[in-house]
Amino acid sequence: MTDVLERPVDAHVPDDHGHDEHHGPTGILKWLTTTDHKVIGLSYTVTAVIMLVIGGLFAEIIRGQLTTPNGSLVSLAQYNELFTMHGSVMIYLFAGPFAFGALANFVVPIQIGAPDMAYPRLNALSYWLYLTGSITMLSGFFTAGGAANFGWVGYAPLSNSLNTPGSGADLWIGGLLLTGFSAIFTGVNLSATIFYLRAPGMTMFRMPIFTWNLLVTAILILLAFPVLTAGLIMLYCDRHFGTHIFSVAGGGVPVLWQHIFWFWGHPEVYILALPFFGMVTEIIPVFSKKPVFGYKGMIFATISIAALSLGVWAHHMFTTGVVLLPFFSIMSLLIAVPTGIKIFNWIGTMWRGEIWFSTAMLMSIGFVVTFLIGGLTGIYLASPPLDFFTHDTYFVVAHFHSVVMALVLGGMAGLYYWGPKITGYLLNETIGKFQFWLLFLGTQVFTFPQYLLGLQGMPRRMAVYPHDPQWQNLNIWSSIGAAMIGISTLLFVINIMVSWKKYPAGDNPWDAHTLEWFTTSPPPHHNFYRLPQIRSERPTWDYNHPEHLAIAHGEHATEPEKVTSA
Amino acid sequence: MKVEAKLLLGLGLFFGAMCAVYWTWSLENAGGVMMFAAMLLGFLPGSYYWWWSRRMKARPEDDANATQSEGAGVVGSFPGTSIWPFMLGMGAFFVVLALVFGIWFLVPGLALALWAMLGGTAEGRRGGKV
Repeated sequence: MTDVLERPVDAHVPDDHGHDEHHGPTGILKWLTTTDHKVIGLSYTVTAVIMLVIGGLFAEIIRGQLTTPNGSLVSLAQYNELFTMHGSVMIYLFAGPFAFGALANFVVPIQIGAPDMAYPRLNALSYWLYLTGSITMLSGFFTAGGAANFGWVGYAPLSNSLNTPGSGADLWIGGLLLTGFSAIFTGVNLSATIFYLRAPGMTMFRMPIFTWNLLVTAILILLAFPVLTAGLIMLYCDRHFGTHIFSVAGGGVPVLWQHIFWFWGHPEVYILALPFFGMVTEIIPVFSKKPVFGYKGMIFATISIAALSLGVWAHHMFTTGVVLLPFFSIMSLLIAVPTGIKIFNWIGTMWRGEIWFSTAMLMSIGFVVTFLIGGLTGIYLASPPLDFFTHDTYFVVAHFHSVVMALVLGGMAGLYYWGPKITGYLLNETIGKFQFWLLFLGTQVFTFPQYLLGLQGMPRRMAVYPHDPQWQNLNIWSSIGAAMIGISTLLFVINIMVSWKKYPAGDNPWDAHTLEWFTTSPPPHHNFYRLPQIRSERPTWDYNHPEHLAIAHGEHATEPEKVTSA
Repeated sequence: MKVEAKLLLGLGLFFGAMCAVYWTWSLENAGGVMMFAAMLLGFLPGSYYWWWSRRMKARPEDDANATQSEGAGVVGSFPGTSIWPFMLGMGAFFVVLALVFGIWFLVPGLALALWAMLGGTAEGRRGGKV
């Protein structure tokens, strides 16, 4: 069966009662053969959330082990596997695919008025590579030697065949190759879609910030992921084909692995973060009943974060002693500027707005606060003298967990915000608010003791630690925080079950701004029956509120006489 | 089209400048080469877009005053459903498993991948109007 993608026009109205006129296979065959970006996006979402739960379970076991100095919940070898796979699952299999594969896949084409992604079959291939990559990586647990156990960064020479024999490490490499290609294809697809499939009138500077951020993310993926793939192939050759790229014995350079890994690894941080920045930038204006403050500033900040992120990789390698400290320190500190612009603009958007504290909005505010904590501690780490003191301690662990837990908050905000568009049904707000407070407070209870532990010198990746009542106390607090985060995730699953097909959402439950809220929930096959004229960056709002005229850039609104509340 | 071109060219310029500063200052090759490649990824597609943007008139999506009917019509023609991405994915999966199970696993892997590529290409050819 062939689908002809057509751009909708006003004249094209839905048949009888607006139902999907597409008749394709159903059930498992639909899942296997679909090329619809909405179904693929949903598959990505479900798979990524399952990965979040798996990675979360590893985290809970790790935190359980650390509640006592000589914990015996797992053996030392198992602990190594657990922290390696916790990091790998969370970064490679949850955060990345969730950021650019899940909600992005669903939302970006609809936000720009496109009927599908530019390459629908390549999109499906991306998902299958992601799924098989995840299975490959996790199947390491079923091998005789266990899963990979050299940390999620796989540093040479620890990751060579002498120090880490066994197929768990090879499965880790293989899984990363597959998910890496999946990411590259998604990057190609997203940038082609955004460059070529926009609706008439949707100029680049009218695209929603979420779409802008995904475009920049896609370009970053294309810059960064091929480097990782090349590095992994070199690592595999070192392990099995007798090359000596990363081993001193044969004239290789172990630190080259760190260069290659972090040249991917630091842009990866922004590949993860930018989509969540975008989600929050969509949500905050909607629930503040205002346009986003500093639209072009936001785009400028996104592009500069991406550009700078290519020049900061070696701040992960300050203690190797062979990197150019001033260059990487300056570049890393510079990233604080565009990030600061973003935080300022989020606050500026809320300023004097009519704020509706829905779950999505609470999660977004939680994101801003938590990300600010993670970002500020990152500025300390960008300074070499401070980094020498805290490198590989729990301070670093706490820093990046503040950052990634902020992303989890942002992701939850996205699910509460776009979930109704995907399924047609709202989630329960009361449970959602409980989930928010547990997640938000749990995150702080989880990270703050780790900052203190790091400053007191507790190294990361240790299954046992010296008998010190203070260290144990702090670790117990951190574990309590981890348990709170775990319960909050459970609440999310309960919320889905409780509100299953219970609260119909309608097309636009939030009175939102962008094109995805113009179509039905869930959207029909090829997304739109009709499109509004696009005259600003919030076409749906303009259509629903003709009394608020869109103001061209450069002109200023006259101040209303009195701010009325609805 | 011009904004897209400027975005990529701008990134290329920035990476080029960063590469020049870094390489001359540090004399470290790995990072220098990678930054140089990043610069090329900005310039190659960027100059292609720039070349085209000067030779074509603005598309409806580049025109701030375009109406929806200007963009009406067929965008492209694609298989509505397709099993080949799944088959190609399985082929790639088997190829990667050959890293662990041994070289013989390449046989089913490459066979599946080749079959999927041929099938997918044939499917695209049957696609009808574009």
